[in-house]
Amino acid sequence: MDFFRPVSLAEALELKAAHPECTPIAGGTDLMVELNFDKKRPETIIDLTACSELQEWSRDNGTVRVGAGVPYSRIIAELATDLPGLAIASRTVGSPQIRNRGTLGGNLGTASPAGDGIPPLVAVGASVELASTSGTRSMPVTEFITGVKENALRGEELITAINVPGSRGPQQFSKIGTRNAMVIAVATFSVALDLEARSVGTALGSCSPRPLRASDAEAFIADEIDWDGRTPLPESAAARFGELVADAARPIDDVRGTAAYRKHALKIMAKRTLTWTWEEART
Amino acid sequence: MSAPTKTIEVTRVRGGVGENAARPDGIPKVTGEFAYSSDLWAEGMLWGATVRSPHPRARIVSIDIAKALALPGVWAVLTHDDVPGNKTYGLEIPDQPVLAWDQTRYQGEPVVLIAADHPETATRAADLVDIFYEELDPITDPEVAMDPGTDVLHPEAKNPHNLIRHVRIRSGDPDASADVVVSGEYTIGMQDQAFLGPESGLAVPDGEGGVDLYVATQWLHVDLDQLAGALGLTEDRVRITLAGVGGAFGAREDLSMQIHCCMLALHTNRPVKMMYSREESFFGHVHRHPARMYYEHGATRDGDLVYVKARIILDGGAYASSSTAVISNATCFAVGPYEVPNATLDGYVVYTDNPPCGAMRGFGSVQACFGHESQMDKLADALGMDPLELRIRNAMTTGSKLPTGQIVQGPAPVKELLESVRDMPHPDPTPSGPLDLTLLPGGVSNTTHGEGVRRGVGYGVGFKNIAYSEGFDDYSTARVKLWSAGGEPIVEVHTAAAEVGQGVTTIQMQIARTELGVEQVVVLPADTQVRSAGSTSASRQTWMTGGAVRKACEAIRVRVLTDALVGLDGDPGDLSLEGGKVISSSLGVVADLADAIGDAAYEETYEYHHKKTFPLDPETGQGDAHVAFAFSAHRATCDVDTELGLVKVVELATAQDVGKAINPQAVEGQIEGGTAQGLGLAVMEEIQVKDGKVMNPSFTDYLIPTILDMPPMQIDVMELGDPDSEYGVKGVGEPPTISSTPAILAALRNASEKPLTHIPVRPDHFLWSGERPGELGP
Repeated sequence: MDFFRPVSLAEALELKAAHPECTPIAGGTDLMVELNFDKKRPETIIDLTACSELQEWSRDNGTVRVGAGVPYSRIIAELATDLPGLAIASRTVGSPQIRNRGTLGGNLGTASPAGDGIPPLVAVGASVELASTSGTRSMPVTEFITGVKENALRGEELITAINVPGSRGPQQFSKIGTRNAMVIAVATFSVALDLEARSVGTALGSCSPRPLRASDAEAFIADEIDWDGRTPLPESAAARFGELVADAARPIDDVRGTAAYRKHALKIMAKRTLTWTWEEART
Repeated sequence: MSAPTKTIEVTRVRGGVGENAARPDGIPKVTGEFAYSSDLWAEGMLWGATVRSPHPRARIVSIDIAKALALPGVWAVLTHDDVPGNKTYGLEIPDQPVLAWDQTRYQGEPVVLIAADHPETATRAADLVDIFYEELDPITDPEVAMDPGTDVLHPEAKNPHNLIRHVRIRSGDPDASADVVVSGEYTIGMQDQAFLGPESGLAVPDGEGGVDLYVATQWLHVDLDQLAGALGLTEDRVRITLAGVGGAFGAREDLSMQIHCCMLALHTNRPVKMMYSREESFFGHVHRHPARMYYEHGATRDGDLVYVKARIILDGGAYASSSTAVISNATCFAVGPYEVPNATLDGYVVYTDNPPCGAMRGFGSVQACFGHESQMDKLADALGMDPLELRIRNAMTTGSKLPTGQIVQGPAPVKELLESVRDMPHPDPTPSGPLDLTLLPGGVSNTTHGEGVRRGVGYGVGFKNIAYSEGFDDYSTARVKLWSAGGEPIVEVHTAAAEVGQGVTTIQMQIARTELGVEQVVVLPADTQVRSAGSTSASRQTWMTGGAVRKACEAIRVRVLTDALVGLDGDPGDLSLEGGKVISSSLGVVADLADAIGDAAYEETYEYHHKKTFPLDPETGQGDAHVAFAFSAHRATCDVDTELGLVKVVELATAQDVGKAINPQAVEGQIEGGTAQGLGLAVMEEIQVKDGKVMNPSFTDYLIPTILDMPPMQIDVMELGDPDSEYGVKGVGEPPTISSTPAILAALRNASEKPLTHIPVRPDHFLWSGERPGELGP
């Protein structure tokens, strides 16, 4: 096996162009598990941890550009105000050790339906920045992830950053696991209020092959919310929102939970998290 | 020897019996310097790998090893043809092939062995072995397995219909009737011991046809017996030394890689190391028996138990392992620590094509305790009675008679334990201050800020036997030496007791210190150069090996004091050893122990036996089968998010009679650890098996409690002293695992008002409209 450790993004992209089959590694929290279980035997690995360009984040005109190599622990510590939904989701990832190593770029590279970092990106319409020696392109996260553990990354490309719209209202994230920490999601739900656009963004995780938005629920609740008067949300509206979210899911039965439970859990999570965000917005 | 000429202050040695003596392995483990069996290394060693059947049940049509053997770097590829001695082994019934030949009976059964100069080469060679299987429909339901029409998996077995053992206990009137009757069906999933140090070891050939094996195990001599038999060697040509053990919990009672590793080493004449991966480990050891239990309890209107009927079916999986003893425990203790005048109890353990099951902490009592404690709560509900009051009313005491007819002779403080946990202060109510997700069901996953959360409190009490039962003489041997060097007395203790993390090494040191008044005690590595210590199982090592060490020390003390008495007036009974001095009760210090020893070396070996036990009558189950009993009780306080079915165990309070705490800190460690394992079984730990295949062989999907799942504990350690043991000790390790699970279940039922008849409880169980899978509620 060949192992490369480029010290700059430019060098990394050169290597990727020369070895399009090679597997990138950043935190290694997914890849090392696959290697240990002998599920993958990559011929070539390219270690991105020395590319400092990938470890940075910046603000630009209301959008936060998060380097693909920024670990979850830094997202929690440094971006909780700009990207509250993503920060809450990052807190649910693994253990302290995993959050110190694991990165958002890796979450997108793996493209697991259970990726905890993905729904908060989908709920706010974030986009992925992909680079190669011939240039950079950008696409919405929803388009980037094409199936279960499949994405639109080309052989010569690396994920360099995620552009996330800064919060324009309260955001929440909720995750079901059968343990109170360090657990793969059975189901997740993200919600983001946009108080300026008067819209509600949602995303479901672990409930479909690809991350989903619950568009009917979003449209319904945007109409129900009293944006001007900021009156409390009627419980019936929150409950209906939950049902519409559950309707959008396409869950399966697996070792972690049943499809019926996943739908049920989404209904409850959606209702609760929406209520928390609106209460925060009102007060 | 001259009379004393000076007065010396005698200070008792530190680190004796009853103190929190430091463990010699404590700091190395915390700093990462401890050498586990997986850290073993030898110059020029090869790496072993195992080719396993992917099918739960299949006929082996052919095995082609040519391609694997041709791979550069491969030193050996072995099949059943290469097993030098016995082709099968087993703890109680030798029914398990060393390597499968004509058929495989569970997914993961070993078929071929590889030795190569690099672990990756061994793995690649394993992929090149061509085994042609004819798949058969696996038998996966133990009740179906017992049907007369079902295929028999072990035609050579003593019993028909895939039955490994049926334990039948009858006491009192089988037709007794009662005012109030409750019945229930309970099921338990397959729990894994989940030790962190996977199966591993190093075999080194001695160049003369013999072999040395360094391995993590629980009972060196039972390994030796099976290993020598399979290798076709006499026992003196196979030497086993205990390597660093990363947890055991019963999973290392059966052999895993021992025979395989030695076969490869003897075949290649090179040292061979084997180390299972985490995934392989799930297939490499036995698990806790899944159970299906049908119970009926009858009581008077006042709440006196009249009868218990129970039918317990354990899934033994493909091979017998220790199933015959597990079902004995499950049946003997099926009614719990209560006085029950009439009992009709049937326990069955059955062969299937599921993973083999055997020993795990609590050993049959865990399953039974979930059954009887669930029933006691149900009965209390039917009687309109407080569940604690019902338990206390029926509590067993010293002198009570078990359904097997055995009279309980030692302390049986069931009532006192229950009262203790009842009277401990309750934890604070659900916090109302600033939001702290770690205190709520779902934890940091942020599923509730208090919505849907209800609190429940529940109790459980359980018991089990200490040491082996039914006539088995599981003695322990200790060899103790005392000599002096550089003016200091030194004690050396040698036993074959396996230190698996529970602290038996420290216990041996503490006992030697106290008995001989010597601070400097060395415990030699456990190996087969000394006779058996019996298994590190059944909560027995402190009692048995601790007993052997004490008796050997006593024998040395008598000799030393007799020698010290020469030239003095007095009798040996007047002398004692303390603080490195020989002390006379009338004369004070008469000598430094080192001087008294001089150039002599005292050595004594003692074989400690527990009192004789007897088999159970096959028709009635009557007999004095057990040595002694250990009891514990738990109170659980749980918060349940009743809408999502998520759980936060808020607090666990426990009381346990340990007889005598040789090392109080180690006792608390055992109680906390055992309780955590019981919590795991209650709310998360389950190997999911579908059509004979394991669905979650990883710590990603086989979940064990984290520090955010395991709550703080209140612990009341009672030291009531058993009359039959040295110092009055009882075992500590297992009881906490037994009574914690039903207490948590009782609390979850109390909070949710759901029947919860299966453990581990999963979130959707709280939402079922009935007792079994079906529609989710609102």
